[in-house]
Order: sequence, then structure tokens, then C-alpha cells
Amino acid sequence: MPSVNDNFSKHISNQFNIELEQIRTQMLSMGGMVERQVSDAIDALINGNVELAEKTRERDKLANQMEMDIDQQCTKIIALRQPAASDLRLIIAISRVASDLERIGDESGRISKHAIEIANQPSRQPQIGYQEVRHIGNLVIEMVRDVLTAFSRGDLEMAYKVAKRDREVDQEYRSAIRSLVTYMMEDPRSITVVLNVMWILRSLERIGDHARSIAIHLIYQVSGEDVRHKSLREIKEAIHDSSPEDESDSYQSE
Amino acid sequence: MNSQVNDTPSIAVSASQARGGAPREALRMQDEKIKIAVNNLNLYYGSDQALKNINLTIPEKRVTAFIGPSGCGKSTLLRCFNRMNDLVDICRIEGEIVLDGHNIYDRKVDVAELRRNVGMVFQKPNPFPKSIYENVAYGLRLQGVNSKRVLDEVVERSLRAAALWDEVKDRLEDNAFGMSGGQQQRLVIARAVAIEPEVILLDEPASALDPISTLKIEELINELKNEYTIVIVTHNMQQAARVSDYTAFMYMGDLIEFGDTDTLFTKPAKQQTEDYITGRYG
Repeated sequence: MPSVNDNFSKHISNQFNIELEQIRTQMLSMGGMVERQVSDAIDALINGNVELAEKTRERDKLANQMEMDIDQQCTKIIALRQPAASDLRLIIAISRVASDLERIGDESGRISKHAIEIANQPSRQPQIGYQEVRHIGNLVIEMVRDVLTAFSRGDLEMAYKVAKRDREVDQEYRSAIRSLVTYMMEDPRSITVVLNVMWILRSLERIGDHARSIAIHLIYQVSGEDVRHKSLREIKEAIHDSSPEDESDSYQSE
Repeated sequence: MNSQVNDTPSIAVSASQARGGAPREALRMQDEKIKIAVNNLNLYYGSDQALKNINLTIPEKRVTAFIGPSGCGKSTLLRCFNRMNDLVDICRIEGEIVLDGHNIYDRKVDVAELRRNVGMVFQKPNPFPKSIYENVAYGLRLQGVNSKRVLDEVVERSLRAAALWDEVKDRLEDNAFGMSGGQQQRLVIARAVAIEPEVILLDEPASALDPISTLKIEELINELKNEYTIVIVTHNMQQAARVSDYTAFMYMGDLIEFGDTDTLFTKPAKQQTEDYITGRYG
């Protein structure tokens, strides 16, 4: 498979190569920043670090700005270059990914907000649900990191694995919620704090959904298959149907 | 180079998959009524082979576009459809082109009759040095029609079909050379439409026109496909993408890929097509 990177350098218009490379780099660096926001938000909660939580909320504004910048670049490229085929799919995918990343940033902001609320509780409860937060948090951070790596390499297998892992996150989320509900029934005084934790888990679960969604945009970009709202099995089939074996001959003969 | 694709052009097989069962109806060649079938067509200019074993089908009342770099054979292929290549001495053709079930290269075919059925419009508008009215009426007069009533009717209908009537109805007796390039091109299309052909061939019909006139021609093509089968050659890929239902990509005399336009421009099956439409080094 021609790597995504190689593809940029081959346009007759060198300026277009540069533009595509820039927008992709911008998207990936936004991804790196957002990934850091998620892990900072979780750290802030677990260590009761209000300052870090405030900083993370503040950084969400930067992510919003980056999303708008990337979208503006995409609009400009569509207007000026009229991209087709894989170029067009790249632009569409980047714009969608930026919007997913921005929402991951929003969720991190929400986690931080709840972390601050918990830290400001007068009577500090033992850290109920923190273990689940840490566990699910690690899962989704890894998903975000992997899907960005997959994007930078154009690696569909890796994207598929991310999409698959979202199911695990959903299961963990459901069982965490069940155990927290039980906890609240046993000790109603804990409700305020545990509700905050539940919102945090909800945000983490949503981050997993966004990571999956990014994986799906990547599959669209590389293969042209739109696998939104498809089952894992259908996604897998789409990836294998579009494996570039049938193309490789004509590509190499060039 | 890619000789295998000539045997089985990838006709929209993946279109429905690519759209993921979207409600929009995907065009599929197998659902179309075939107007023209090109079978194993080889064309030589002297010892140079300009078309290499071309196989494709042109569906009725659809717009089919041929794209490809200069010299890829797309105009040559277009000119085969009304035997314009007969006029080139060194040109030799093998294979067949079947129009409505009859091979147009059969000896019994009356070429003048064929060209009445298969009209053609060229890159540069070529009106006759006559009035607007006479330009459109010319073909009918050649056929011996002289009734003023019939001619008036046909001229108006043709000019309306070419989206020109409102602009010229008050100056039908003016010389056609006084019209703008875009108007002249639509006049030529009106002239082609007047003799009621079944197929209209357009060779770069908008390449000498400004963007507004180009859009008018494109709009016109969209209207005309309700009545006629249209084949268009264009260098402007966005234009091909906008006006056509099916697109064939040709390269160095080979048909590389042929399929429904939406798929070809969003998800081409061949790397060569991809490279061409995205402006990469071929």
C-alpha cells in the first residue's frame, strides 16, 4: 500500500502537496494535544489537583480554535483545489476527525469540571469509582493514541482494532455504572460525589466513541468505504474488500 | 499496460457498496438500455495504434464522458461513432461499433444517414456564414424541407432546446457571426438538434467558452439527455464530474476504467485513474 505520506509528494502542484501535508500535521498535533487533555483530566481527578483541572479546561478553548482553523483550511482547499478521489476523502476525513477531537476536548473539560467539584466537597469520601475511572481512562487514552498513530500511518488494521476496543469500553462502562448504583443505594450520603464520578465515566465512554469514529473516518479515507453505522464484522469485510491488491499491479507498473 | 481491464471494465460494481445502501439510487450499467456498444475496437493511424482493443457500452439517454490526457485517444474514439475518421486517409479500423443493433462499420451503412442520427459538436463553434435562422434550418433544407411553417416550428423548438431562444428570438435574421462564442456554441447545438439525431457527440464543447457560457452549456447537456444519448469529450474533469452519468478514463489508447461517474471520481478502482483525477504524476 502506498503510504499516506508518499501520496502527498506526488501532486503536480507542489503547493497542493504542502497544503495537504500541513493540514494533516495540524490535525495530528491537535490530536496529540487532546490526548494529553484526557490524561491530564484523569490525573487531576485522581490526585485532586484543582490547578491541573483548571488548566485542562482552559486548554479546551485552544482545541476549539484548532478545530475551526482546520475546518477553514479544508474549506479553502475544497474551494481552490476541487480535490477528487483520495484527496477529497482526506479532506472530508480530516474535517470530521477535527470535529471528533474537539468533542474529546469538550469531554476532557467536563471531566475536569467534575474533578474540581469532587475536590471541593467538604467531606472527602474515599475514592469511590476511581479504580474504574483509571481503568476505563487508560483504555480510551490508548484508543485515542492508537487511532492517531493509525492515521499517521494509514494503518487500517490498527483502526479496526480501535473500533473493536470500543465494545470493551462500553462493557466496562456498563459494569462500572452498575456497581456505582449499588454503592449509592447502600450509602446515600455518597450520592453527590458518586454522581460526579458517573458523569466522568460517561465522558470517558463518549471519548471511546469518538476514537472509534475517528477510526471509521480513517477507513473511509484510505479505502473509500463508508462504514459508519456498520457492525464490526461489516467493517472488517470492508477493509478486506478494499485491500489494494488489485491496484498494486497497475501502481507498480507506473 | 492494463490490457486486462479492457476485457472487463469495472462497471459500477462497487457503487452500491460504496454508498453503503444510501437511499440515493446508484446508476448501474446493467440496468441501462444500451445505445452503442463498442466491441474489440482497434484503430491505427498508419502504423501507430491510437485505440487498443476498446470495449465499452454507451447507455441510452445518459451522458457518457471520456476523460484522459492529450493524445489518449478519447477524441479519436468519439469520432468513430459517426465515422468521422473515414475522412482520414491513413486511418484503419478493426472491430465493430454497434448502434441500435447494427454495426456502423458495415459496408451497407449509408454514412450520411449515420451522421444524421449521430450529430456532432466541435470545440470551436462553427456556425455557417448565414443568419441564425438559416443555420438551424440548414439541415432540414438539405433534407428537402421547405415549408415555412415546419421550418419555423423546428427552428424555434431547436433554439429553445439549446436554451438560446429567448436571447435571439428578436434577431433571427442577424448573421450568426455576430453572436458571442457561447451563443454560437449553443447555436451549433441547436443546429445539431434540429435534424433530430439520436446521439449527440460533443468534442470539448465548452473549452473555448467563459465560465458562465460553460455553465449554460452544462445546463443544456443536462436538459438534452432527456431526449438524446450524449457522449462528451472534455479536458475539464470537474465538468465531466458535473455533467456525466458515466465516465471512461483513457490513457495512451487504452480504456483504463469505465464506471458510473460518482464512483469514478470519489473512489476509482485503478491507481492510474486516481493519479490522473487527483493531479498526480502519471
